Amino acid sequence: MITVLLLMTAGTVLGWFIHKRKKILKVSSELTNWAIYLLLFLLGVSVGTNEKILNNFSQIGWQAISITLFAVAGSILTSWLTYIIFFKKNEG
Amino acid sequence: MKGSLIILSFFAGGLLLGMYKLIPSQFIETDYSMYALYILMFLVGIGIGSNKKSLEIIKSINFKIALVPLSVIVGTYIGVSIFALIQDNIGFIDAIAIGSGFGYYSLSSVLISELSGETLGVIALLSNIAREIITLLFTPIFARYFGKLAPIASGGATSMDTTLPIITKYIGSDYAIISVFSGVVLTILIPFLIAIIL
Repeated sequence: MITVLLLMTAGTVLGWFIHKRKKILKVSSELTNWAIYLLLFLLGVSVGTNEKILNNFSQIGWQAISITLFAVAGSILTSWLTYIIFFKKNEG
Repeated sequence: MKGSLIILSFFAGGLLLGMYKLIPSQFIETDYSMYALYILMFLVGIGIGSNKKSLEIIKSINFKIALVPLSVIVGTYIGVSIFALIQDNIGFIDAIAIGSGFGYYSLSSVLISELSGETLGVIALLSNIAREIITLLFTPIFARYFGKLAPIASGGATSMDTTLPIITKYIGSDYAIISVFSGVVLTILIPFLIAIIL
């Protein structure tokens, strides 16, 4: 999604230039929270009016939990390997 | 924690209003959310660019410490790829996108639902909430059996804030900086990764 990436990059560059303008940054961070609230509210509305999702909610829930178990297990194993190879030997 | 509850109550509020048809249909038919997402991503960018703390943390980078978020990304992608292989409901690309939330459920779920659809958005929301809860509950076990980086890996992006207290309690405060570093790097990468993948 090229628009999203361009907007974010533009924001990052602007953020870099205005990093001393505390007041603007505070407003920007408040607006960020409200944009997230609004979008999650809208996601809630579209899920609430979507019969297909509502009827399959338990299946969707189980899929979500299973995928997380795989994600967590995978990342724990690779980080364990990293720990054993690079970190553990430096400890007393 | 207070922040998480506020975020979830907005989702739950929308869900209930939608389910009981308390929203004017005109409101549903007009899609404002894409514009809200554009504004959000611009604001997230400003937050990243202006954050001196994250700049300092990234300057403190060295080979060893950079391996931590890298391990989390690679391990997560290996895990969700195996998941995609063993079932038919969620494809490879979608599984990688959900995994790319790394526990940052608010941003990843709204981004995924706009770029790919609300079903995947809801899965991303629940999945990444689960990642935070699993980390909060099982950090003692992870730290004991899988080394000091395991809770940081499990926490993903949340290892810089919501799960940081429990993580440092079990792996020691000398690893706190690594935990924050890994969380910050993942938080910055998440929107880029999801936008590139979908």
